[in-house]
Amino acid sequence: MHPAPSVIIFTVLSGAGFGYLAFLGLGFATTGWPAFWQFALAFAMAAGGLISSIFHLGNPQRGLLAFTQWRTSWLSREGWAAVTTLLVMALFAIAAIFFGRVLLPLGIIGAAMSVATVFVTSMIYAQMKTVPRWNSPLTPAYFIACALTAGALLSGSWALSIPLLVALGLLQAVGWLTGDGRFAKRGHDMNSATGLSGRVRLFESPHSGSNYLLREFGFQVARRHAAKLRLIGIGLIAVLPAIVLLFGRHPALFGLAFALHLAGAFVSRWLFFAEARHVVQLYYGRQAA
Amino acid sequence: MTALPERTERKLGLVIDLDTCVGCHACVISCKGWNTENYGAPLSDMDAYGADPVGTFLNRVHSYEIEPEGGGCAQIVHFPKSCLHCEDAPCVTVCPTGASYKRAEDGIVLVNEDACIGCGLCAWACPYGAREMDQAAGVMKKCTLCVDRIYNENLEEVDRVPACVRTCPAGARHFGDLGDPDSAVSQLVAERGGFDLMPEQGTRPVNKYLPPRPRDRLDGGPAPSAPARQPHDASGFFAWLDRALEKI
Repeated sequence: MHPAPSVIIFTVLSGAGFGYLAFLGLGFATTGWPAFWQFALAFAMAAGGLISSIFHLGNPQRGLLAFTQWRTSWLSREGWAAVTTLLVMALFAIAAIFFGRVLLPLGIIGAAMSVATVFVTSMIYAQMKTVPRWNSPLTPAYFIACALTAGALLSGSWALSIPLLVALGLLQAVGWLTGDGRFAKRGHDMNSATGLSGRVRLFESPHSGSNYLLREFGFQVARRHAAKLRLIGIGLIAVLPAIVLLFGRHPALFGLAFALHLAGAFVSRWLFFAEARHVVQLYYGRQAA
Repeated sequence: MTALPERTERKLGLVIDLDTCVGCHACVISCKGWNTENYGAPLSDMDAYGADPVGTFLNRVHSYEIEPEGGGCAQIVHFPKSCLHCEDAPCVTVCPTGASYKRAEDGIVLVNEDACIGCGLCAWACPYGAREMDQAAGVMKKCTLCVDRIYNENLEEVDRVPACVRTCPAGARHFGDLGDPDSAVSQLVAERGGFDLMPEQGTRPVNKYLPPRPRDRLDGGPAPSAPARQPHDASGFFAWLDRALEKI
């Protein structure tokens, strides 16, 4: 799949933002000015990510219609989940910043809604039967683990950061390893795509140039680079932040750990798209490896 | 509404005969011709006269070479592909705006372009590559089964079929109601063993494909080779030249 920057930025930042909001709701919020900066960061990431996702639309001026189909569409549900969560957490933030009150019951509701929003975002990808690598319960698990890890690091919670970093590292590794063979395991090959028997190869492409399908779904990352990027990604997203936190609990160490984690999340999310193979590639003669 | 109808009164669709298709791409051209000037936004081309032209098409013809298992002659199969108007269309349910829908009366899957935000998710959900985002209009384009032809009483009755079917010079494309077991297309599918593309995706396509017949196998050894071509005697000017050169 084409790794569009707007979608990578959106999923990483809004995931981290909602993860942080979840932690703030669960009692990691302070009051007054410190709370202002906490919420400013969380809302900037969550809402900024959402706004960046609008840039890949062909006709963003009709965007409000995307709230209408929540009965069937995960993308529509995401719109609702994100907006209602931001509203609930805005009330919580106003109480904390301006009235010095941490309304824990409201915060708990907002935290649950924040995690639910990340889940709904992940289902946009996990629902795609056409992309076997994504079509797995590991996809929501990976998205939620990313969000909560970012939230724990930003909240400066050592006790929660360490287990979450370990869990995220494991989920990332398991996701990559099980994802590698899923395309072939589902039985997708050129024979099933064309219904033809025997050895099938593409003799002539339908067109000499490119097209929308090849640009959107034809992206292929070199295997050699993928292996390298995976090492870099898992190192940055989980291993190095955990090592940094072993040196102590100073806020600067948490800052460094979060910066490393966020860089790793971008690498990991780039791979999430770039390594994903869409079944339509079979019609263009690209048999599963 | 992006919920799929529980059942459709009819299941209009195409039956494509891979045995007969000659790969002339006339269906591709007639499709683009009709659909660029009728239903919805035109099918735009980008950099049409430049070095890297791309354009929106609703129907494309791939060509495959198949080698039978256990040896035998390889065979070329021309393979037209457009929207299969699936009964369980995943492109419809993912649409956040309700722009994509499947009609309850005839099963045609359409896009209401006035409601399409161009998010591209329906193209992701389609296993067949049947949907293409138009680069100029920013809306999703797909086969309409020529909904503006098949019910169009301003056209002669013979023309009330999709443009691709009307134009196919080989008779490789058939249009009809695949929900009616007595229709000509349903009988053709039953007779010829019509099949679904990527059935493991669970989309239940309405369009069916008819398999190519296996090639004849040669009995015995290879055919005797043609007699070697003998140079025949020249005549006229070249005969004179030949003789003159001989004498030097």
